[in-house]
Amino acid sequence: MTAVIEVHNLTKRYKDKNALDNVSLAIEGGAIYGLLGRNGAGKTTLMSILTAQNFESAGTVKVFGEHPYENSSVLNRICFVRESQKYPDDATPRHAFKAASLFFKNWDQELAEELIKDFQLPMKQTIKKLSRGQLSAVGVIIGLASRADITFFDEPYLGLDAVARQIFYDRLLDDYAEHPRTIILSSHLIDEVSNLIEHVIVIDNGQILMNEDTDAVRDRAVTVIGDSAKVDAWVAEREVLHRESLGRVASVTVLGTLSADERAEVTASGLDLAPVSLQQLIVRLTQKASAENSSENSSENQEVR
Amino acid sequence: MIEEGKALFIQIAEQIEDSILDGSLVEETKAPSTNELAAFYRINPATAAKGVAMLTDKGVLYKQRGIGMFVAAGAHELLLSERRSAFADRYIDPLLAEARTLGLGPEDLTALLRERAAAASAITEGNPA
Repeated sequence: MTAVIEVHNLTKRYKDKNALDNVSLAIEGGAIYGLLGRNGAGKTTLMSILTAQNFESAGTVKVFGEHPYENSSVLNRICFVRESQKYPDDATPRHAFKAASLFFKNWDQELAEELIKDFQLPMKQTIKKLSRGQLSAVGVIIGLASRADITFFDEPYLGLDAVARQIFYDRLLDDYAEHPRTIILSSHLIDEVSNLIEHVIVIDNGQILMNEDTDAVRDRAVTVIGDSAKVDAWVAEREVLHRESLGRVASVTVLGTLSADERAEVTASGLDLAPVSLQQLIVRLTQKASAENSSENSSENQEVR
Repeated sequence: MIEEGKALFIQIAEQIEDSILDGSLVEETKAPSTNELAAFYRINPATAAKGVAMLTDKGVLYKQRGIGMFVAAGAHELLLSERRSAFADRYIDPLLAEARTLGLGPEDLTALLRERAAAASAITEGNPA
């Protein structure tokens, strides 16, 4: 299968900062992708360029094999649910859904009506007067009911409570199972989405830090806990992501998948093994990358958390 | 139900295996579909499909075209022998390791095992389920 999205050496420059720095990426499609990374990492910039709402400074961008800008054959196959979508002042949710139904050829009105009920969205109020969560619900409903070939959700959950977020995840999985397509979900809530996403793309400081199948990443790192001398001896040859200690006990997270024999060896020597969640792994990798960056750039334009 | 640090599709496969082993999924009956698994465990359907595919390769499930997945004949026996051979690695070795730390030898363990087994069977006899 050819990739639905292809990006080569993409750079986006804002004044003196590169929001995207020579990014190359291919997205095969037909899966749910997680686009993860910290604030300001470049997630929204990347999605904006892919949906022709922003321009690249350098590099090539292809969606369905073509450049998306002012290209209706591309644009009516993609839906971008922005974190802060603006609507006309006097527009109600009804108006927004009507407009979306005219634009997206796969629009499913029945699904939209069900979701309106699920989210208990007031239809007669103007969007301007909706709460943050209700505003997010409008975006989520458009994103799901549009059934576009590629749907981008940029942190769609802002202001949604835990119940509403679960409705979103459940509905997304349900509808995706019935109508497989490409979903790109940008999120900070990594633990919440880690079971939904098939592929994980981590972007940090304008660069791709990880681009892999989620399953392959799940046992990528492990934390070893126990007597600090023993732990340090064991991790000596390995790539350490993080180290903590309390008195004589150390807890060290290392990169690398352990074989069954290695696991047995660790437990036999009296050390404990703890799994590392996708969220922890990404946090550690990102911290490590920024630590390496700052030591290279002598802390010049370093982002402090 | 789902744990970290282990490939999801393997966990899904193991859950199905458990159901076959405890008899809640009977041979030659329909197994849950990929979409049902995805909705139940709240995971990506592709991941669920991978778990199902693993069991198909192993001969535990088979596909009936147009109907769905079924539990193969002999699946129970197959899983039983597989789990039995893994039993020592999975349960006995960690048990021995912990016992060693506590200064319990194989004889102490045997005695404990007998004692506990007797207590457990007394409970089940006392309160028929």
